[in-house]
Amino acid sequence: MKTLNYGQAIHRALEFAMEKDPSVFVMGIGVDDHKAVFGTTKGLLEKFGRERVFDTPISEGAMTGVAVGAALGGMRPVHIHIRSDFLYLAMDQLLNMAAKWRSMFGGAASVPIVVRAVIGRSWGQGAQHSQSLQSLIAHVPGIKVGMPTTPADAQQMLLAAIADPNPVVLFEHRLLYDIVGELPEPDWAVEFKRAVVRRPGKDLTIVANSYMAVEALKAAEFLQEHGIEAEIVDPVTVVPLDEAVILGSIRKTGRLIVIDTSWTFCGVSAEIAALAAEKAFSSLKQPVLRLGMQPTPCPVSKPLENLFYPNAGTIADAAFKMMERRSPELRAPVLTHAFKGPF
Amino acid sequence: MSAKADRELLGKLYRLMLGIRLAEEKIVELYPTDKIQSPIHLSIGQEAVSAGLALAMGEADRLYGTYRGHGPYIALGGDLKKLFAELYGKDTGCARGKGGSMHLVAPEAGLMGCSAIVASTIPIATGHALASQMRGRRYAVLSLFGDGGVDEGVFFESVNFAVLKNLPIVYVLENNRYAIHSTVPDRHKQTELFRIAEGLGLRGERFDGNDASNVYATAKRAIDAVRAGSVPALLEYTTYRWREHVGSQEDYAAAYRAPGEREEALAHDPLQITRKALIEAGASPVELDGWRSQVLQEVEEAVRFAEQSPSPAPGRLLADVYASR
Repeated sequence: MKTLNYGQAIHRALEFAMEKDPSVFVMGIGVDDHKAVFGTTKGLLEKFGRERVFDTPISEGAMTGVAVGAALGGMRPVHIHIRSDFLYLAMDQLLNMAAKWRSMFGGAASVPIVVRAVIGRSWGQGAQHSQSLQSLIAHVPGIKVGMPTTPADAQQMLLAAIADPNPVVLFEHRLLYDIVGELPEPDWAVEFKRAVVRRPGKDLTIVANSYMAVEALKAAEFLQEHGIEAEIVDPVTVVPLDEAVILGSIRKTGRLIVIDTSWTFCGVSAEIAALAAEKAFSSLKQPVLRLGMQPTPCPVSKPLENLFYPNAGTIADAAFKMMERRSPELRAPVLTHAFKGPF
Repeated sequence: MSAKADRELLGKLYRLMLGIRLAEEKIVELYPTDKIQSPIHLSIGQEAVSAGLALAMGEADRLYGTYRGHGPYIALGGDLKKLFAELYGKDTGCARGKGGSMHLVAPEAGLMGCSAIVASTIPIATGHALASQMRGRRYAVLSLFGDGGVDEGVFFESVNFAVLKNLPIVYVLENNRYAIHSTVPDRHKQTELFRIAEGLGLRGERFDGNDASNVYATAKRAIDAVRAGSVPALLEYTTYRWREHVGSQEDYAAAYRAPGEREEALAHDPLQITRKALIEAGASPVELDGWRSQVLQEVEEAVRFAEQSPSPAPGRLLADVYASR
């Protein structure tokens, strides 16, 4: 076991993969600069050379296609975006090409690319540095989507993604980068399909992903102080979705709150609510509740930004409501994180 | 080149073009029966580009194409039976009935894939050239697209990257005069499309794309050069689409075409150009007609194969969406 933060865990996975497999290479805007994408690519250039670690022109569309073509030529590219909002520019290559290549050609070839994309939040990231595109990507068959929450997830899921013969998009939340955790030895063999019970509980299930799982855990501590045992389930892979773990928890508690890092409409939270309705309806004691970003582009102003996102307090409020109890006067503590901007 | 080698080369080109022309004429004949239920984009009139490229490519070289894919597929040596089976949506097709006419593929013959989204294979071909470079530059990659392809942003982005990294790629612009129903001057101030990426450092040249031996010679020079380490190249071949953009019919009377185009097209028929050269080089018309019968027979066999092949089983619906480790 080794204790590292989220960014260091990603770095460890990249270094391991590049050492083990000479076809793995890393590209993206800023991967070779002094900031090294929050340290995740630090030292890789010196160790593996400019051929395998290179900055790209600011051409997200074509560079995604370049990754697809390199994969078809036998390489294992990892393409990094420092903000996931830029993935909109890559949608044709990701969804029309990478996701469809295998099926469209009757299985003639696979496209093993990995896309890492960082979700921003707080410190005024605004409308275009704050988006979570998981449901857009997950909507289209043929591509896998993951949202690692802990440093161990970050390491193992990146390795699982690189080893996967399919295109995989990993969303890394900026606010998770300073979280510290214990890491197992790097392992290629991890399966890319997982939901994790972060905290057991009997009264209600809170399915929360990525940074929302962290907020939900904070809310769960507060709820426990008030006699409510919330079970926190973190579906770290959106595609494929680990239905069994989610349904198991719903069947146990009979109550479900879903929290996604993105908007609720047509989102991952809607999908999980639908899963509950389709496969665990008889277990539900109450209607499902969903929390996500407010239905507006993200504002910069701090007071508005605070209202825009769910947090431990609003999650706790939702839980009290679901348990048909009034929220206590004392609010759930606001989560403190080390992120102080600018990026 | 010796006279014998010259004649041999012309013969190969003519065979390939006959393959494309006769297969597509068969498709034209079949299309109204609705046995082929998928949009088709015919290469009739443009056969010389595919034939010339195919002969110029080395065995390890790779090509990415577009929805107008019958030409390159046949010229590169893709299995004719699998082509017709694919058009019929059969399990024995080159994409097992999942792709249809717009998504032909024959990796064993060097055709990596064709896409229905304009210009979308250009960056992918560029990435494959990157892989070639990273693995010792043992093969070249060709990116084949139409005159509409240079309208898209990814063309310029890809070219910029290829030139920056000096990748072993040849961009082939098959200019058939029309992007659907729009002419080049409708969409570009710079109508010399081979110059369109000069500012990015991409050297381009324009050639007659109806003369297959000319396509072969110019493409071979470019492909051999990039394989040997030269900078990426853009080859523009001027040719002409004889039929409607999508579908099997002629549309010479449509407003987007100029009067007299049909006569002009026939006067520059790529098959006739090469046939004439072959006969001048000493081939006998009887011999060439013999080839024609042979190709027709192959086409008929391919159609029979397609008609007798099974459709994909229901279990194939969800197959191949994801690969397993």
